Amino acid sequence: MAKMTMVEAINMAHAWEMAHDPSVVVLGEDVGTNGGVFRATVGLQQRFGKARVQDTPLAEGLIAGTAIGMAAQGLKPVAEIQFMGFIYPALDQIASHMARLRNRTRGRLSCPVVLRMPHGGGIHAPEHHSESLEALLCHHPGLRVVCPSSPARAYGLLLAAIRDPDPVMFLEPVRLYRFARQEVQDDGQALAIGCCFVLREGSDLTIVTWGAMTVDSLKAAEQLAADGVSCEVIDAGTLAPIDFDTILDSVVKTGRLLIVHEAPRTCGLGAEIAATVSEQALYDLLAPIRRVAGYDTVMPLYRLEHDYIPGVARIVDAIRATLAE
Amino acid sequence: MSEQRIIAHFEIPYRACLDGDGAPLGPLPAWVEDGELLRRMYRAMVRARAFDTKAVNLQRTGKLGTYPSCLGHEATHVGVGAAMRPDDVLFTVYREIGTKFWRGVDMLDVLLYWGGDERGTLYQRSPQDFPFCVPIGSQMPHAAGAALAMQIRDQRRCALAFIGDGGTSQGAFYEAINFAGVKSLPLVCVIVNNRWAISVPVAAQTAAATLAQKAIAAGIPALQIDGNDLLVVREAVGEAVERARGGGGPTVIEALTYRLSDHTTSDDATRYRSAEEVAAARRLEPIARTRSFLQSRALWDEADEQALKAACSEEVDAAVKQYLATPKQSTDAMFDFLYAQLTPTLRAQREEARRYAALGH
Repeated sequence: MAKMTMVEAINMAHAWEMAHDPSVVVLGEDVGTNGGVFRATVGLQQRFGKARVQDTPLAEGLIAGTAIGMAAQGLKPVAEIQFMGFIYPALDQIASHMARLRNRTRGRLSCPVVLRMPHGGGIHAPEHHSESLEALLCHHPGLRVVCPSSPARAYGLLLAAIRDPDPVMFLEPVRLYRFARQEVQDDGQALAIGCCFVLREGSDLTIVTWGAMTVDSLKAAEQLAADGVSCEVIDAGTLAPIDFDTILDSVVKTGRLLIVHEAPRTCGLGAEIAATVSEQALYDLLAPIRRVAGYDTVMPLYRLEHDYIPGVARIVDAIRATLAE
Repeated sequence: MSEQRIIAHFEIPYRACLDGDGAPLGPLPAWVEDGELLRRMYRAMVRARAFDTKAVNLQRTGKLGTYPSCLGHEATHVGVGAAMRPDDVLFTVYREIGTKFWRGVDMLDVLLYWGGDERGTLYQRSPQDFPFCVPIGSQMPHAAGAALAMQIRDQRRCALAFIGDGGTSQGAFYEAINFAGVKSLPLVCVIVNNRWAISVPVAAQTAAATLAQKAIAAGIPALQIDGNDLLVVREAVGEAVERARGGGGPTVIEALTYRLSDHTTSDDATRYRSAEEVAAARRLEPIARTRSFLQSRALWDEADEQALKAACSEEVDAAVKQYLATPKQSTDAMFDFLYAQLTPTLRAQREEARRYAALGH
């Protein structure tokens, strides 16, 4: 079994599904000859031809809208938006059409589209290249939003996303693209969308997080383990629809909840998780729910990006504060 | 200046078959010899108008929601429908009922849709056609995508997209025709220039002399036609769809017509345009003109007209009766079509909606 990075696993998932399902078509800016700016689609055009790997003009709304028309004709488009910060022109197509086509035609037409996009910051990228906008997407009924946190989960979840009969927004944490290598079996096995991943079991406090923040959350949990604090770390994995069963079971067990995300705090997905846990498990809580999130600021240019992105220290402090209640 | 020369030169052709009174301007296309086809197209125009008149009246009496009339657009809508094949795919704005009816959409469907019921998009006889598209211009990339799918699969079909004059101001219009040009997609775009985008006239929409010329920037052929001339619509669109299906690439056709109605039943066009302008446009409306042409060829007479009007009236009344007798969907319908499979959160919310619906809300 080969050890590989997340971006290589994403490439491998594309190749598997294209080889096994002739209706899968890749499109986006620079996805062909260039193989994508992060090389997620490298080699696919050479292997599967120009008809199945299409370079598009530079227009995100066009990419999303074109994918809708292709999907309604029975293809399975896997489209790349080059950075999540460029999603805004595509939001009209995503919200007004992609998320709604099944509903507004009573199931006659549907949109089995995957929109892949790099998510978050931390790689010294220019302005508008480091955004975490998952809450914008999770707010729209009809979409699934998925965010993997390891090469193997990226492989399995991308296969699931392509096979899903509904539109899936696939958020790829840029910091993790080449962060670590992991053995990934190229066996075409999909992981389930809509399920959390318990990355570390614990009994004192539950951390719910996703994407690149799983790394910092695990580090914080490891650091506190030395002091005898036992943290359970849950990777939400699918952000819409979110697996509240696993989260609630964990909170009932630990009695404490910390939510960690890179996106700004206000109206972030953490607020939704906190509200739902309050509604359904308030009397199991031993302490108030806390959030560690990006500040409610614009994502700064890269000299300050690591001051913006929540780090291990902020997570450790929030855990200690919760345990001290 | 060391060098100055013209490096590109463009022209936009204009085409018409009939004059304002329905008299031929010159030799007509060969298919015009098919009298039964002409009669069928004329009947479809009258049928669309009969429905349209009734729909406006239904709204006025509180039995239908906001409705966008197609009054005056019938030649463009029916001409396009008649040029398409059943296995082409249609992408409309929200006014093109003449084309939808031609492709087998039921009057009941259209009444249900504007009467607030999603079941009006079921389109049993044109199952790949998209439903009405309300966000202006946003249907264009869908049509390009469908055309791309046809091209990838090497099918001899095409996508046809309508857009309005106002819609050509949207980025999605340019993005889609630009893409169609780059890929030589089997896409035909018909711009229905009815002169008014609610209260904004074309002159306030663009400084361009024609809307067709916007296609020049996308590198694709374009022409302007008389959209109230049924023959030229069917002929020009027919040539374009034929070329598209055969791998000859996209075309943009600007059809000049006039919105004789308000924008929708919620609009009052007397606020922004003169009665004189509307009266002048009405003299060029397509149905009388087409009838005049048919009569000149002895393809239509007063008895035909009376029989058609009676048949349309009967059909419309039957559709209205069926519409008014259709019970609203259960609240489950809000939830059941969002995903292929209901999510746990939606299941709980569906239960809640059921509970309150049972209380009468």
